[in-house]
Amino acid sequence: MKKLISLSFVLFALLAFSFEKGGYELGDKARDFSLKNVDGEMVSMDSYENAKGFMIIFTCNTCPYSVAYEDRIIALHEKYADKGVPVIAINPNDAEKSPKDSFEKMIVRAENKGFPFPYVYDETQEITKAYGATNTPHVYVLDADRTVKYIGAIDNNTKSAEDADKKYVEDAVDAILSGKEVPVKKTKAIGCTIKWAS
Amino acid sequence: MNKFILSIFLLTSIFSTTKIWAQNGELKIIDVPELEEIMVQSEGDTLKVINFWATWCKPCIKELPYFVNAQNQFPEVEFIYVSIDFSENASKAEKFAQKKNLNPSGLFLIDDVDYNSWIDKVSPEWSGAIPATLIMKDSKKYFYEQEFHEGELEELIKQKLN
Repeated sequence: MKKLISLSFVLFALLAFSFEKGGYELGDKARDFSLKNVDGEMVSMDSYENAKGFMIIFTCNTCPYSVAYEDRIIALHEKYADKGVPVIAINPNDAEKSPKDSFEKMIVRAENKGFPFPYVYDETQEITKAYGATNTPHVYVLDADRTVKYIGAIDNNTKSAEDADKKYVEDAVDAILSGKEVPVKKTKAIGCTIKWAS
Repeated sequence: MNKFILSIFLLTSIFSTTKIWAQNGELKIIDVPELEEIMVQSEGDTLKVINFWATWCKPCIKELPYFVNAQNQFPEVEFIYVSIDFSENASKAEKFAQKKNLNPSGLFLIDDVDYNSWIDKVSPEWSGAIPATLIMKDSKKYFYEQEFHEGELEELIKQKLN
């Protein structure tokens, strides 16, 4: 009987934990998606052949922290897309709550900045919830099996790329490409809250 | 002798805590150790409300009037506003805080963009998104990563004061 009680406690704790914490943890397998890109085409991870991994970046037009990182996101894609690890940028914000994050405004932003990667819209916010992104920018680095290998910030200096001495995402991708252990697996960064639809 | 040491200790601790206090609506730029000092709370201290905001953060700006309401309603509570604007925007943040009537002796800007190094020191529950608010009472910390709506903060403070 005692065993049963303690077992049910454990089960209850597990359930409570899994209900409370949405989103992916390290080691989870990330789901694919089919989201509309600024060029009108649907983008999914499946559409990439022989990908060795992905940098899934939740970002938007309006957050100054996202804007501060735009050039670095472009540089990441340019450095790693040819090596098989492209960037897919996902805008998670509800356009009613944040009108400047609408799909039309995404097209403008992508054109102005010349984004070389897909910039897709998670209009229903289903993917954002599944991944568990909380703010922008928020990065998930996946390996070839789409296992989550890194969650967090791009580097440790939002203001200036030159002054960042810890390049978390680069280090994670380098590790994946060379079959090594990702050195820093999880970080936090100040960012704008995701604007959830009400 | 013991008394002497104690009074020296008390004096230095008073000075070391007051030296970082902002004055007269001036926003003070602080580093992480100073932020940690602000977050020190011991048994019997007054209730502290520490709000993390930025001039660019819309939901933060929306909730600030409710903080000012609470400031007026609970003069015994210490209200502290920590801006995470970049330091080059300090005067903008200061003007904004003054205009909004935020507690003039509780205005700070944390100047450290290595966020991962200090977010957990505020609260391990914090993802890094703002608005975020820390309420401290009797050396206990309560963390809220959310936007407060009208009346919610007052209700929460009442609860914590009782």
